[in-house]
Amino acid sequence: MKELLNKIRPGYAGIVLGILFVIYGVSRGEVSHVLNKAINICLECIGLG
Amino acid sequence: MKIKSEIKRRLLQIVAFGYSNPFLSNFPAGKIYKGSFKNFCNPGMNCYSCPAASLACPIGAMQAVSDSMNFSFSFYVVGIILAIGALCGRWVCGFLCPFGFLQDLIGKIPVPKFRLPKPFKYIKYIVLLVFVLILPAAVTNYMGIGKPTFCEYICPVGTLEGGIPLLSTHAELAGTIGHIFALKMTILVIVIAGCIFVKRFFCKVFCPLGAFYGLMNKISIYHMSLDKSMCVRCGMCAAVCDMDVDPVKELKSPECIRCGKCVSACPKKALKFSLHHRNNTLQ
Ligand code: SF4
Ligand code: SF4
Repeated sequence: MKELLNKIRPGYAGIVLGILFVIYGVSRGEVSHVLNKAINICLECIGLG
Repeated sequence: MKIKSEIKRRLLQIVAFGYSNPFLSNFPAGKIYKGSFKNFCNPGMNCYSCPAASLACPIGAMQAVSDSMNFSFSFYVVGIILAIGALCGRWVCGFLCPFGFLQDLIGKIPVPKFRLPKPFKYIKYIVLLVFVLILPAAVTNYMGIGKPTFCEYICPVGTLEGGIPLLSTHAELAGTIGHIFALKMTILVIVIAGCIFVKRFFCKVFCPLGAFYGLMNKISIYHMSLDKSMCVRCGMCAAVCDMDVDPVKELKSPECIRCGKCVSACPKKALKFSLHHRNNTLQ
């Protein structure tokens, strides 16, 4: 087990964790928030709100 | 014919700038693109309120999710930049970021360049933690809705790519100009002036995305390695670095944007980038 853990490079673990985060984020509906913000001119985002 | 690595980098930066901002025809009408690509995040900094932008800005998107009443953290956006960062770290800054490319162009203005004192580089971590991660989720109104604090009070990318073009095409927005826009314009002027005299001033001091990818430099699969048996400590690598890194001392520096200038400058070919860790090189 210890040997296996040593072999797992943190970079690969980061990629897997990132993908799991993306899947979880998509499953709970975050993407619609991203799209909604990105397709409407966000006045506060550009300092005008 | 072998294309020099710096020319290759410039070509890739142009391509990345192009796919990030293909809708140039939106500028005169003051419209923004509303298609489905905006479900996805750009790996670099590029304002999604820019008329030409094709993708969502990861820093803006992160705040858009965490300042909403449903969520206080964006697994979707953090997951994207975590996976990209774990793969290649701040290589994104050197090759793909549209605002990084703009800074490289501004940095070409032939005036004397200066180095910043070291403590300046820590500001971006405070910006990431306080303005991007904490405030949008923590400071909310009675409905639980927060504000995109970094975008609203700091981001010079949004002011340049979104605020100015949209103000110049929407006369009705002139009435909304107030203290916040004045603050943001001041920050933009400081950043542009900074980039003239300090290479990649925004990346070094303010960029929260660069701060995140910089931390990923420590673990990323694509990494730089040094063969110490070949290095003669001539210092040529450190001398050419725009990010004030000495790769011989700190190969995985969070400041390194993996541009490869040091690798090309090394007369002994002691530095290299790779995806594989080899036994005969010291990382
Ligand atoms: S530090 Fe920020 S602005 Fe600079 S290149 Fe990286 S992501 Fe882009
Ligand atoms: S250390 Fe090398 S690769 Fe990193 S930013 Fe400096 S010159 Fe570019």
